[in-house]
Amino acid sequence: MANMKEKIRSYIIDNFLLGDEEGLEDQTSFLDAGIVDSTGILELVDFIDDEFDIKISDDEIVPENLDSINNIIGFLERKLSF
Amino acid sequence: MANSFSFSAKNLLIDPKKEVAKIVDRLRFFMKNKLKRRGVVVGLSGGIDSSVSCALAVEAFGPGRVLGLHMPERHSGEKTLLMSRMVSDHCKIDSFYEDITGILESLNFYKRYDNAVSSVIPGYGEGWKSKIVTSDITENRGFTLFSVVAQAPNGELIKKRLPLRIYLEILAATNFKQRTRKILEYYYADLSHYAVIGTPNRLEYDQGFFVKQGDGAADIKPIAHLYKTQVYQLAEYLGVPESILMRPATTDTYSLDQGQDEFYFFLPYEKMDLCLYAKNNGIQPDLVAAAIGLTKEQVEYVFRDIEIKRSTTHYLHLQPLLVESVPEVIC
Repeated sequence: MANMKEKIRSYIIDNFLLGDEEGLEDQTSFLDAGIVDSTGILELVDFIDDEFDIKISDDEIVPENLDSINNIIGFLERKLSF
Repeated sequence: MANSFSFSAKNLLIDPKKEVAKIVDRLRFFMKNKLKRRGVVVGLSGGIDSSVSCALAVEAFGPGRVLGLHMPERHSGEKTLLMSRMVSDHCKIDSFYEDITGILESLNFYKRYDNAVSSVIPGYGEGWKSKIVTSDITENRGFTLFSVVAQAPNGELIKKRLPLRIYLEILAATNFKQRTRKILEYYYADLSHYAVIGTPNRLEYDQGFFVKQGDGAADIKPIAHLYKTQVYQLAEYLGVPESILMRPATTDTYSLDQGQDEFYFFLPYEKMDLCLYAKNNGIQPDLVAAAIGLTKEQVEYVFRDIEIKRSTTHYLHLQPLLVESVPEVIC
Protein backbone atom coordinates (compact mmCIF):
# COMPACT_ATOMS: atom_id res chain seq x y z
CA MET A 1 0.00 0.00 0.00
CA ALA A 2 2.87 2.34 0.86
CA ASN A 3 4.30 1.66 -2.58
CA MET A 4 0.93 2.44 -4.20
CA LYS A 5 0.66 5.72 -2.35
CA GLU A 6 4.22 6.66 -3.30
CA LYS A 7 3.54 5.97 -6.99
CA ILE A 8 0.45 8.18 -6.94
CA ARG A 9 2.11 10.92 -4.98
CA SER A 10 5.14 10.92 -7.29
CA TYR A 11 2.90 11.12 -10.35
CA ILE A 12 0.92 14.06 -8.94
CA ILE A 13 4.07 15.93 -7.98
CA ASP A 14 5.87 15.23 -11.23
CA ASN A 15 2.98 15.71 -13.66
CA PHE A 16 0.98 18.54 -12.10
CA LEU A 17 3.39 20.37 -9.80
CA LEU A 18 6.65 20.36 -11.77
CA GLY A 19 8.36 18.45 -8.98
CA ASP A 20 7.44 20.92 -6.22
CA GLU A 21 5.46 19.08 -3.54
CA GLU A 22 4.93 22.09 -1.27
CA GLY A 23 1.37 22.23 0.02
CA LEU A 24 0.42 18.77 -1.18
CA GLU A 25 -0.91 16.66 1.69
CA ASP A 26 -2.50 13.25 1.34
CA GLN A 27 -5.90 14.81 2.00
CA THR A 28 -5.44 17.88 -0.25
CA SER A 29 -8.37 18.30 -2.67
CA PHE A 30 -6.93 18.51 -6.18
CA LEU A 31 -9.90 20.59 -7.31
CA ASP A 32 -9.90 23.02 -4.40
CA ALA A 33 -6.12 23.47 -4.61
CA GLY A 34 -6.31 24.09 -8.36
CA ILE A 35 -3.99 21.16 -9.05
CA VAL A 36 -6.14 19.52 -11.71
CA ASP A 37 -8.72 20.70 -14.22
CA SER A 38 -10.98 18.63 -16.48
CA THR A 39 -7.98 17.67 -18.61
CA GLY A 40 -6.00 16.78 -15.50
CA ILE A 41 -8.73 14.39 -14.37
CA LEU A 42 -8.47 12.54 -17.67
CA GLU A 43 -4.67 12.39 -17.30
CA LEU A 44 -5.11 11.00 -13.80
CA VAL A 45 -7.59 8.37 -14.98
CA ASP A 46 -5.21 7.28 -17.77
CA PHE A 47 -2.33 7.03 -15.30
CA ILE A 48 -4.26 4.94 -12.79
CA ASP A 49 -5.68 2.67 -15.51
CA ASP A 50 -2.20 2.00 -16.89
CA GLU A 51 -0.26 1.87 -13.64
CA PHE A 52 -2.62 -0.43 -11.78
CA ASP A 53 -3.95 -2.32 -14.79
CA ILE A 54 -7.60 -1.51 -14.11
CA LYS A 55 -10.41 0.15 -16.05
CA ILE A 56 -12.09 3.04 -14.28
CA SER A 57 -15.69 3.32 -15.43
CA ASP A 58 -17.36 6.66 -16.16
CA ASP A 59 -19.50 6.54 -13.03
CA GLU A 60 -16.40 6.01 -10.90
CA ILE A 61 -14.86 9.30 -12.07
CA VAL A 62 -16.09 11.34 -9.10
CA PRO A 63 -14.26 13.40 -6.45
CA GLU A 64 -14.96 10.80 -3.75
CA ASN A 65 -12.68 8.42 -5.68
CA LEU A 66 -10.11 10.69 -7.28
CA ASP A 67 -9.91 14.15 -5.68
CA SER A 68 -7.00 13.50 -3.28
CA ILE A 69 -4.25 10.99 -2.70
CA ASN A 70 -6.23 9.50 0.17
CA ASN A 71 -9.36 9.26 -1.96
CA ILE A 72 -7.46 7.47 -4.72
CA ILE A 73 -5.93 5.01 -2.26
CA GLY A 74 -9.37 4.29 -0.77
CA PHE A 75 -10.84 3.83 -4.23
CA LEU A 76 -8.05 1.50 -5.35
CA GLU A 77 -8.35 -0.57 -2.18
CA ARG A 78 -12.06 -1.08 -2.85
CA LYS A 79 -11.57 -1.64 -6.58
CA LEU A 80 -8.67 -4.07 -6.31
CA SER A 81 -10.29 -6.09 -3.53
CA PHE A 82 -13.01 -7.28 -5.92
CA MET B 1 -26.34 43.44 -2.68
CA ALA B 2 -29.59 42.06 -4.01
CA ASN B 3 -32.53 41.47 -1.74
CA SER B 4 -32.08 37.76 -1.16
CA PHE B 5 -35.65 37.37 0.08
CA SER B 6 -37.10 38.17 -3.33
CA PHE B 7 -34.51 36.53 -5.52
CA SER B 8 -35.76 35.88 -9.07
CA ALA B 9 -35.07 36.71 -12.69
CA LYS B 10 -36.13 40.26 -11.84
CA ASN B 11 -32.75 40.77 -10.19
CA LEU B 12 -31.23 40.80 -13.67
CA LEU B 13 -33.49 43.50 -15.07
CA ILE B 14 -31.64 46.58 -16.31
CA ASP B 15 -32.61 49.90 -17.85
CA PRO B 16 -31.69 49.22 -21.50
CA LYS B 17 -31.69 52.87 -22.50
CA LYS B 18 -29.23 53.83 -19.78
CA GLU B 19 -27.10 50.76 -20.40
CA VAL B 20 -26.85 51.44 -24.12
CA ALA B 21 -25.91 55.07 -23.43
CA LYS B 22 -23.20 53.93 -21.00
CA ILE B 23 -21.74 51.38 -23.42
CA VAL B 24 -21.81 53.80 -26.34
CA ASP B 25 -20.02 56.39 -24.24
CA ARG B 26 -17.29 53.89 -23.26
CA LEU B 27 -16.86 52.61 -26.82
CA ARG B 28 -16.38 56.14 -28.11
CA PHE B 29 -13.98 56.95 -25.27
CA PHE B 30 -11.87 53.85 -25.94
CA MET B 31 -11.81 54.45 -29.66
CA LYS B 32 -10.72 58.06 -29.33
CA ASN B 33 -8.28 57.74 -26.44
CA LYS B 34 -6.95 54.20 -26.51
CA LEU B 35 -7.45 52.39 -29.80
CA LYS B 36 -7.27 55.37 -32.13
CA ARG B 37 -8.80 53.43 -35.03
CA ARG B 38 -11.40 54.55 -37.56
CA GLY B 39 -14.10 51.97 -36.96
CA VAL B 40 -14.73 48.34 -35.97
CA VAL B 41 -15.05 44.86 -37.45
CA VAL B 42 -17.61 42.45 -36.01
CA GLY B 43 -17.78 38.76 -36.83
CA LEU B 44 -21.48 37.95 -37.24
CA SER B 45 -22.73 34.49 -36.31
CA GLY B 46 -26.43 35.23 -36.37
CA GLY B 47 -26.48 34.73 -32.60
CA ILE B 48 -27.68 37.19 -30.01
CA ASP B 49 -24.25 38.28 -28.71
CA SER B 50 -22.68 39.28 -32.01
CA SER B 51 -25.97 40.86 -33.13
CA VAL B 52 -26.19 43.07 -30.03
CA SER B 53 -22.47 43.90 -30.19
CA CYS B 54 -22.92 44.98 -33.80
CA ALA B 55 -25.97 47.10 -33.01
CA LEU B 56 -24.09 48.76 -30.14
CA ALA B 57 -21.14 49.51 -32.42
CA VAL B 58 -23.53 51.12 -34.89
CA GLU B 59 -25.01 53.23 -32.07
CA ALA B 60 -21.50 54.31 -31.09
CA PHE B 61 -19.84 54.93 -34.44
CA GLY B 62 -22.59 54.92 -37.06
CA PRO B 63 -23.16 52.25 -39.73
CA GLY B 64 -20.42 53.65 -41.97
CA ARG B 65 -17.75 52.75 -39.43
CA VAL B 66 -18.87 49.18 -38.71
CA LEU B 67 -17.94 46.25 -40.93
CA GLY B 68 -19.61 42.85 -40.55
CA LEU B 69 -18.10 39.50 -41.49
CA HIS B 70 -20.06 36.34 -42.33
CA MET B 71 -17.76 33.33 -41.88
CA PRO B 72 -19.68 30.05 -42.08
CA GLU B 73 -18.05 26.68 -42.70
CA ARG B 74 -19.17 23.18 -43.61
CA HIS B 75 -20.52 22.41 -40.14
CA SER B 76 -22.39 25.70 -39.62
CA GLY B 77 -26.12 25.54 -39.13
CA GLU B 78 -28.33 25.88 -42.19
CA LYS B 79 -29.75 29.19 -40.97
CA THR B 80 -26.47 30.74 -39.81
CA LEU B 81 -25.76 32.77 -42.94
CA LEU B 82 -29.39 33.81 -43.33
CA MET B 83 -29.42 35.08 -39.74
CA SER B 84 -26.09 36.89 -39.88
CA ARG B 85 -27.11 38.63 -43.11
CA MET B 86 -30.33 39.65 -41.41
CA VAL B 87 -28.22 41.48 -38.82
CA SER B 88 -26.00 43.29 -41.31
CA ASP B 89 -29.11 44.30 -43.28
CA HIS B 90 -30.89 45.44 -40.12
CA CYS B 91 -27.88 47.49 -39.01
CA LYS B 92 -27.37 48.84 -42.55
CA ILE B 93 -23.65 48.06 -42.47
CA ASP B 94 -21.29 46.83 -45.16
CA SER B 95 -20.33 43.19 -44.79
CA PHE B 96 -18.13 40.58 -46.42
CA TYR B 97 -18.68 36.88 -46.90
CA GLU B 98 -15.79 34.50 -46.23
CA ASP B 99 -16.58 30.79 -46.22
CA ILE B 100 -13.77 29.37 -44.08
CA THR B 101 -14.29 25.75 -45.19
CA GLY B 102 -11.35 25.95 -47.61
CA ILE B 103 -8.98 27.29 -44.95
CA LEU B 104 -10.08 24.59 -42.52
CA GLU B 105 -9.56 21.96 -45.23
CA SER B 106 -6.04 23.20 -45.83
CA LEU B 107 -5.40 22.83 -42.10
CA ASN B 108 -6.72 19.27 -42.35
CA PHE B 109 -9.36 20.17 -39.78
CA TYR B 110 -12.13 17.92 -41.08
CA LYS B 111 -9.77 14.98 -41.48
CA ARG B 112 -8.28 15.44 -38.01
CA TYR B 113 -11.73 15.76 -36.46
CA ASP B 114 -13.23 12.78 -38.29
CA ASN B 115 -10.23 10.58 -37.48
CA ALA B 116 -10.47 11.50 -33.80
CA VAL B 117 -14.20 10.77 -33.60
CA SER B 118 -13.93 7.54 -35.60
CA SER B 119 -11.32 6.25 -33.16
CA VAL B 120 -14.04 6.12 -30.48
CA ILE B 121 -17.01 5.51 -32.80
CA PRO B 122 -15.94 3.04 -35.51
CA GLY B 123 -17.67 3.72 -38.83
CA TYR B 124 -17.96 7.47 -38.25
CA GLY B 125 -17.41 9.41 -41.47
CA GLU B 126 -19.29 10.63 -44.53
CA GLY B 127 -22.96 11.32 -43.82
CA TRP B 128 -22.56 11.29 -40.02
CA LYS B 129 -22.98 14.27 -37.74
CA SER B 130 -21.60 14.82 -34.27
CA LYS B 131 -21.20 17.15 -31.33
CA ILE B 132 -19.35 17.25 -28.02
CA VAL B 133 -21.38 17.30 -24.81
CA THR B 134 -20.42 17.79 -21.18
CA SER B 135 -21.41 15.55 -18.30
CA ASP B 136 -24.06 16.50 -15.81
CA ILE B 137 -21.96 18.02 -13.01
CA THR B 138 -24.34 16.64 -10.41
CA GLU B 139 -23.70 13.21 -11.88
CA ASN B 140 -19.92 13.39 -11.63
CA ARG B 141 -20.11 15.68 -8.59
CA GLY B 142 -17.69 18.38 -9.67
CA PHE B 143 -15.66 16.58 -12.32
CA THR B 144 -16.44 17.56 -15.89
CA LEU B 145 -16.24 14.82 -18.50
CA PHE B 146 -16.75 15.23 -22.22
CA SER B 147 -18.47 12.83 -24.58
CA VAL B 148 -19.00 12.75 -28.32
CA VAL B 149 -22.55 12.24 -29.56
CA ALA B 150 -22.67 10.98 -33.15
CA GLN B 151 -25.67 10.56 -35.38
CA ALA B 152 -25.44 7.86 -38.03
CA PRO B 153 -26.97 8.45 -41.47
CA ASN B 154 -29.93 6.27 -40.38
CA GLY B 155 -30.56 8.62 -37.43
CA GLU B 156 -29.16 6.33 -34.73
CA LEU B 157 -27.45 8.26 -31.91
CA ILE B 158 -24.29 6.93 -30.24
CA LYS B 159 -22.63 8.51 -27.20
CA LYS B 160 -19.09 7.74 -26.03
CA ARG B 161 -16.97 9.41 -23.35
CA LEU B 162 -13.79 10.89 -24.77
CA PRO B 163 -10.49 9.58 -23.46
CA LEU B 164 -7.69 12.10 -22.89
CA ARG B 165 -5.84 11.92 -26.21
CA ILE B 166 -9.00 12.04 -28.35
CA TYR B 167 -10.54 14.82 -26.27
CA LEU B 168 -7.43 16.95 -26.78
CA GLU B 169 -7.29 16.20 -30.52
CA ILE B 170 -10.92 17.26 -31.00
CA LEU B 171 -10.46 20.36 -28.85
CA ALA B 172 -7.25 21.43 -30.59
CA ALA B 173 -8.66 20.84 -34.07
CA THR B 174 -11.98 22.55 -33.37
CA ASN B 175 -10.17 25.63 -32.07
CA PHE B 176 -8.96 26.14 -35.66
CA LYS B 177 -12.44 27.49 -36.39
CA GLN B 178 -12.40 30.35 -33.90
CA ARG B 179 -8.78 31.19 -34.67
CA THR B 180 -9.36 31.19 -38.42
CA ARG B 181 -12.27 33.59 -38.00
CA LYS B 182 -10.13 35.88 -35.87
CA ILE B 183 -7.37 35.93 -38.51
CA LEU B 184 -9.94 37.18 -41.02
CA GLU B 185 -11.39 39.73 -38.61
CA TYR B 186 -7.95 41.26 -38.11
CA TYR B 187 -7.24 41.10 -41.84
CA TYR B 188 -10.30 43.23 -42.54
CA ALA B 189 -9.54 45.45 -39.55
CA ASP B 190 -6.03 46.11 -40.84
CA LEU B 191 -7.40 46.87 -44.31
CA SER B 192 -9.46 49.74 -42.96
CA HIS B 193 -7.43 50.71 -39.89
CA TYR B 194 -10.27 49.41 -37.75
CA ALA B 195 -10.39 47.68 -34.36
CA VAL B 196 -11.99 44.29 -33.66
CA ILE B 197 -15.04 43.79 -31.47
CA GLY B 198 -15.19 40.74 -29.18
CA THR B 199 -18.66 39.45 -28.38
CA PRO B 200 -18.59 37.40 -25.15
CA ASN B 201 -21.31 37.96 -22.60
CA ARG B 202 -20.51 37.84 -18.88
CA LEU B 203 -21.21 34.14 -18.50
CA GLU B 204 -18.78 33.27 -21.28
CA TYR B 205 -16.18 35.81 -20.20
CA ASP B 206 -16.23 34.86 -16.52
CA GLN B 207 -16.33 31.11 -17.11
CA GLY B 208 -13.71 30.99 -19.85
CA PHE B 209 -16.01 29.84 -22.60
CA PHE B 210 -13.83 31.09 -25.44
CA VAL B 211 -10.74 30.13 -27.38
CA LYS B 212 -7.53 31.91 -26.50
CA GLN B 213 -6.35 33.87 -29.54
CA GLY B 214 -9.62 32.82 -31.16
CA ASP B 215 -12.96 34.35 -30.23
CA GLY B 216 -11.23 35.50 -27.01
CA ALA B 217 -9.04 37.91 -28.98
CA ALA B 218 -10.41 41.41 -29.53
CA ASP B 219 -9.77 45.10 -28.92
CA ILE B 220 -13.09 45.89 -27.21
CA LYS B 221 -15.65 43.60 -25.59
CA PRO B 222 -18.77 45.74 -25.16
CA ILE B 223 -21.05 43.19 -23.48
CA ALA B 224 -18.58 41.21 -21.34
CA HIS B 225 -20.06 42.76 -18.18
CA LEU B 226 -23.65 41.76 -19.02
CA TYR B 227 -25.41 38.53 -18.11
CA LYS B 228 -26.88 36.82 -21.14
CA THR B 229 -30.46 37.62 -20.12
CA GLN B 230 -29.41 41.27 -20.00
CA VAL B 231 -28.00 40.97 -23.51
CA TYR B 232 -31.49 39.87 -24.59
CA GLN B 233 -32.94 42.94 -22.90
CA LEU B 234 -30.60 45.16 -24.91
CA ALA B 235 -31.45 43.21 -28.06
CA GLU B 236 -35.13 44.02 -27.65
CA TYR B 237 -34.39 47.68 -26.98
CA LEU B 238 -32.06 47.89 -30.00
CA GLY B 239 -34.65 46.25 -32.26
CA VAL B 240 -32.62 43.16 -33.12
CA PRO B 241 -34.76 41.00 -35.48
CA GLU B 242 -37.25 38.77 -33.72
CA SER B 243 -35.96 35.57 -35.33
CA ILE B 244 -32.56 36.17 -33.75
CA LEU B 245 -34.15 36.78 -30.36
CA MET B 246 -36.03 33.50 -30.74
CA ARG B 247 -33.03 31.44 -31.93
CA PRO B 248 -31.88 28.96 -29.27
CA ALA B 249 -28.38 29.69 -27.88
CA THR B 250 -26.04 27.48 -29.86
CA THR B 251 -22.29 27.13 -30.26
CA ASP B 252 -22.77 26.57 -34.01
CA THR B 253 -19.43 24.76 -33.93
CA TYR B 254 -20.34 21.12 -34.53
CA SER B 255 -22.24 19.43 -37.34
CA LEU B 256 -24.96 18.20 -34.97
CA ASP B 257 -27.04 20.92 -33.31
CA GLN B 258 -25.52 21.75 -29.95
CA GLY B 259 -26.77 24.06 -27.24
CA GLN B 260 -24.28 25.91 -25.02
CA ASP B 261 -25.81 24.13 -22.04
CA GLU B 262 -24.78 20.79 -23.54
CA PHE B 263 -21.18 21.75 -24.10
CA TYR B 264 -20.11 23.92 -21.24
CA PHE B 265 -22.64 25.22 -18.77
CA PHE B 266 -24.81 22.22 -17.87
CA LEU B 267 -27.83 24.51 -17.31
CA PRO B 268 -29.74 26.69 -19.78
CA TYR B 269 -28.37 30.24 -19.79
CA GLU B 270 -31.37 31.70 -17.92
CA LYS B 271 -30.59 29.48 -14.95
CA MET B 272 -26.82 29.81 -15.27
CA ASP B 273 -27.20 33.59 -15.27
CA LEU B 274 -29.13 33.44 -12.02
CA CYS B 275 -26.62 31.07 -10.43
CA LEU B 276 -23.69 33.26 -11.43
CA TYR B 277 -25.46 36.40 -10.26
CA ALA B 278 -26.37 34.73 -6.97
CA LYS B 279 -22.84 33.51 -6.40
CA ASN B 280 -21.41 36.93 -7.20
CA ASN B 281 -23.83 38.62 -4.83
CA GLY B 282 -23.76 36.26 -1.87
CA ILE B 283 -27.26 34.84 -2.33
CA GLN B 284 -27.68 31.51 -0.58
CA PRO B 285 -28.15 28.25 -2.55
CA ASP B 286 -31.55 27.45 -1.00
CA LEU B 287 -33.00 30.73 -2.30
CA VAL B 288 -31.51 30.11 -5.73
CA ALA B 289 -32.85 26.55 -5.73
CA ALA B 290 -36.37 27.81 -5.09
CA ALA B 291 -36.07 30.39 -7.86
CA ILE B 292 -34.84 28.06 -10.61
CA GLY B 293 -36.37 24.71 -9.72
CA LEU B 294 -33.26 22.81 -8.65
CA THR B 295 -32.37 21.27 -5.32
CA LYS B 296 -30.11 23.09 -2.90
CA GLU B 297 -27.49 20.39 -3.46
CA GLN B 298 -27.59 20.89 -7.23
CA VAL B 299 -27.14 24.65 -6.83
CA GLU B 300 -24.15 24.00 -4.56
CA TYR B 301 -22.63 21.85 -7.32
CA VAL B 302 -23.21 24.65 -9.83
CA PHE B 303 -21.61 27.19 -7.46
CA ARG B 304 -18.63 24.89 -7.04
CA ASP B 305 -18.39 24.37 -10.80
CA ILE B 306 -18.44 28.15 -11.36
CA GLU B 307 -15.48 28.46 -8.99
CA ILE B 308 -13.60 25.59 -10.62
CA LYS B 309 -14.14 26.92 -14.15
CA ARG B 310 -13.10 30.40 -13.05
CA SER B 311 -9.91 28.98 -11.61
CA THR B 312 -9.02 26.53 -14.36
CA THR B 313 -9.66 28.99 -17.20
CA HIS B 314 -7.73 31.84 -15.60
CA TYR B 315 -4.93 31.03 -18.04
CA LEU B 316 -7.17 32.08 -20.94
CA HIS B 317 -7.37 35.63 -19.61
CA LEU B 318 -3.66 36.07 -19.01
CA GLN B 319 -1.58 38.36 -21.13
CA PRO B 320 1.87 36.94 -21.99
CA LEU B 321 3.84 36.85 -18.74
CA LEU B 322 7.06 38.82 -18.50
CA VAL B 323 9.95 37.89 -16.23
CA GLU B 324 10.39 41.57 -15.43
CA SER B 325 7.96 44.39 -16.03
CA VAL B 326 8.79 46.85 -18.78
CA PRO B 327 7.51 50.08 -17.26
CA GLU B 328 7.94 52.08 -20.46
CA VAL B 329 5.14 50.02 -22.06
CA ILE B 330 1.73 50.98 -20.70
CA CYS B 331 -0.91 48.28 -21.10
